[in-house]
Amino acid sequence: MLKVSHLSKSFGGVHAIEDVSFEIPRGGVYAVIGPNGAGKTTLFNLITGLYVPSAGSISLAGEEISGISSNILASRGLSRTFQNLQVCMNLSAVENVMVGAHLNLNSSLLAGMIRAPGLRQSDRACRMKAAELLTFVGCKKFVAADASAMPYGALKRLEIARALAMEPKLLLLDEPAAGLNHTETHEIEELIVRLAKSGITVVLVEHDMRLVMSISERILVLDHGKRLAEGTPDEIRINRDVIAAYLGSEVGET
Amino acid sequence: MSTSGSLPDVLAPRSRAPGLLAVTVVLMVLPVFLPNAFYLDVAIRIAINAVLAITLNLLIGYTGQISLGHAGFVGLGAYGSAILTSRWDIHPGLALVVSAIAAGVLAWVIAGLILRFKGHYLAMATLGLGIIISIVITNETVWTGGPDGMSVGDFVMFGWQPSGERQWYWIFAALLVVTIVLAQNLVDSPAGRALQALHGSEVAARAMGIDTASFKTRVFVLSASYAAIIGSLSAHYLGFITPGIAAFPHSVELVTMVVVGGMASVWGAVFGAVLLSLLPQVLASFEGWETIAFGVILVVTMIFLPRGIVPSLAGLFRRPEG
Amino acid sequence: MSQFLQFVSSGLTVGAIYALAALGFSIIYNASGVINFAQGEFMMLGGMAGAFLTAAGIPLPLAALLSVVAIALVGLIIEKLVVEPASGSDVVSLIIITLGVAMILRGIVQVTFGKANHSLPAFSGDKPIAVFGATILPQSIWILCVSALLVVGLSFFFGRTRIGKGMLAAAYNRLAAELVGVDTRTVLMLSFVLSAAIGAVGGILVAPIATTSYDSGGMLGLKGFVAATLGGLGSGVGAVLGGLLLGLLESMTAGYASSAYKDAVSFVLALLILGLRPQGLFGARQTDRV
Ligand SMILES: Nc1ncnc2c1ncn2[C@@H]1O[C@H](COP(=O)(O)OP(=O)(O)OP(=O)(O)O)[C@@H](O)[C@H]1O
Ligand SMILES: [Mg+2]
Repeated sequence: MLKVSHLSKSFGGVHAIEDVSFEIPRGGVYAVIGPNGAGKTTLFNLITGLYVPSAGSISLAGEEISGISSNILASRGLSRTFQNLQVCMNLSAVENVMVGAHLNLNSSLLAGMIRAPGLRQSDRACRMKAAELLTFVGCKKFVAADASAMPYGALKRLEIARALAMEPKLLLLDEPAAGLNHTETHEIEELIVRLAKSGITVVLVEHDMRLVMSISERILVLDHGKRLAEGTPDEIRINRDVIAAYLGSEVGET
Repeated sequence: MSTSGSLPDVLAPRSRAPGLLAVTVVLMVLPVFLPNAFYLDVAIRIAINAVLAITLNLLIGYTGQISLGHAGFVGLGAYGSAILTSRWDIHPGLALVVSAIAAGVLAWVIAGLILRFKGHYLAMATLGLGIIISIVITNETVWTGGPDGMSVGDFVMFGWQPSGERQWYWIFAALLVVTIVLAQNLVDSPAGRALQALHGSEVAARAMGIDTASFKTRVFVLSASYAAIIGSLSAHYLGFITPGIAAFPHSVELVTMVVVGGMASVWGAVFGAVLLSLLPQVLASFEGWETIAFGVILVVTMIFLPRGIVPSLAGLFRRPEG
Repeated sequence: MSQFLQFVSSGLTVGAIYALAALGFSIIYNASGVINFAQGEFMMLGGMAGAFLTAAGIPLPLAALLSVVAIALVGLIIEKLVVEPASGSDVVSLIIITLGVAMILRGIVQVTFGKANHSLPAFSGDKPIAVFGATILPQSIWILCVSALLVVGLSFFFGRTRIGKGMLAAAYNRLAAELVGVDTRTVLMLSFVLSAAIGAVGGILVAPIATTSYDSGGMLGLKGFVAATLGGLGSGVGAVLGGLLLGLLESMTAGYASSAYKDAVSFVLALLILGLRPQGLFGARQTDRV
């Protein structure tokens, strides 16, 4: 599905990602783990076109995508959430999710101004769908809320709903369980499993090892921007390098 | 909305009919209460400012792109129409369209350069753009009459030649209602949400497939052309224009209406335009003090109602949500 | 050649004034993230106060000192009364607030002093001095020297004194600065006092060669803002060089092209430079973090 080879990205002197290669198979959950500052978010930003790689290539379903801008990648079925929430606080919850469906709607300014025929229906359908998605991710009670009035945990789910609204093939979740309590984490876990079952390939960055180990098919471990290991959860669990890298750091921290 | 049966109650967008109806009624009966042309003129100026403030609010309030040069485009429209009709004898309707397109094209060209800027840099760039336009207008005396201004001929539309405050009043009143409807439609459309999304979070908007650069450009072009159209019409109404119409203080005045009335609020822009167009009239008799009072009102509103008057007050009356 | 020197000298003179204005912008911007559109009004107030006091018979040095102190006080009052309560508002609101303050100051001057133009006597006569075939007014030398002194003083202040370093630290990271004991409210206050004082000095310096009136702050303020963005908002070096560059651009345009278009050309060039370097000449480039 996604193939990354010899990818590097540096900021000034900082090598955030250095010569990283891996391949994500279609379907299932693929996790990326590593200590703080390992380069996980940078990797996501590279894949989704927010950053341009310093070197290396990224290909999606066989096509080279590095250097292509974010919004175009979205139309190729790439969607994501953000570690530091990027919810539009000037919109309501439903509207935020509707933004995710942007590519399926007529987004001409003129059509919007004169409320072109068909727009009203498609917009209403989109609104309904957004409400359903909010319910699906467990935000039913915030369906009518403004985003700015929602608590942190709900905003994390709102981002997932928004990312789903564009019906992605590949979904990247950056620490979806960070800052959530036990029950919430458990709900997110179930949600991710359901997503993967529905045929979406999920790429997951997460510090909660129990969560990662229980739902991922394969795991990529990054450390200081470099690929430390890659394999199934069982392989990773017993990998010496990984254990060494994690010793004394925050394994299983939520 | 009668056809919203399929949407659950909580999802139905708040009905816009009452507000629109209220404004239409007010605009319809207003002339009855306005004793003479002077007051009609004030009402017309308010309507003009309201339309301009709405278009500027699309840019500043909804899209989050500050512009301190909006009056420049108003000036382009005004002088475009004035010059085309008087120097070349072009039909006023055609002149209006040409000026609007010219303003749009200029905005489009400039957008590529300046819409990459953010925050204060964008403020400075748009300010510079506005000032450049007004300097050109002031100095190209042969075309524009320079600081002394130039007169503008009558407007003709489908064989009708509006004259007198009363007829022009209906034109601008209608324009205001239409603009409110168009703006509200836009805000509540996919394109409008895209604009607001890129304000809320530019990276998120891009990740959701929104071509943010293109939307910024398009809304900039839209507001520029709209401003030019209003500039053209007001030039014909006024019959005489000076470079002040394109100058920095006029731009600031428009921004002030948006911010004081309420950012990202169509009614806020209208309210701001009414308030800040009336204030100078009320204060006019206190020479010098009017500036002070105006300044105090700006500062006090912004400190105590930072989101602007309409959204802040609307927030007070909103039912608390779950 | 001598003509070129003439343009350079007049460009530097105006540029020095712009640099002072830009410094005012930058200092406040650093302390608060606010662009203070009343900065030009500080200059106007300085010039007006100086003119008023000398007209009242107070000797120039004392009048200048009194004016600077008075305007610094005005800066303090504005900070306390207006800026502090509004902290946390967004960029556009803050711009409107400072524009409102500018209106108030302008209005007060108009009501008390009227609309007339005022002027200060030149500090040491009007007899032009010939340098390399160009002539230069003694006042220009005053402007250049005092501005240079101010810049040196400021760089000492920000580089060597505890409080100055604290102010810089607060600009980079407010929280961290607070943790190491810099009181950010003091920093904010000081920044307004300092900017107002610098503005007043600029206003007094320029008053003998350009008359001042209630509305002369507007354009000066805008030029200062352009210079500050050109140099890179928040950068002291940037403010000084941005100011000088803007002054030179203007005087060269006025000299070789058209004086009517000097403002327009300098704006166009400023826009082009910003187009190439959106963060200004000396501003730090940043990738948005996500
Ligand atoms: N835009 C940027 N500019 C400069 N340095 C950056 C930028 N983005 C990331 N970095 C640096 O790159 C390195 C990797 O950061 P990144 O955010 O990718 O780590 P991470 O694995 O996501 O960490 P965490 O678990 O804390 O989220 C860090 O040293 C960080 O400081
Ligand atoms: Mg991260």
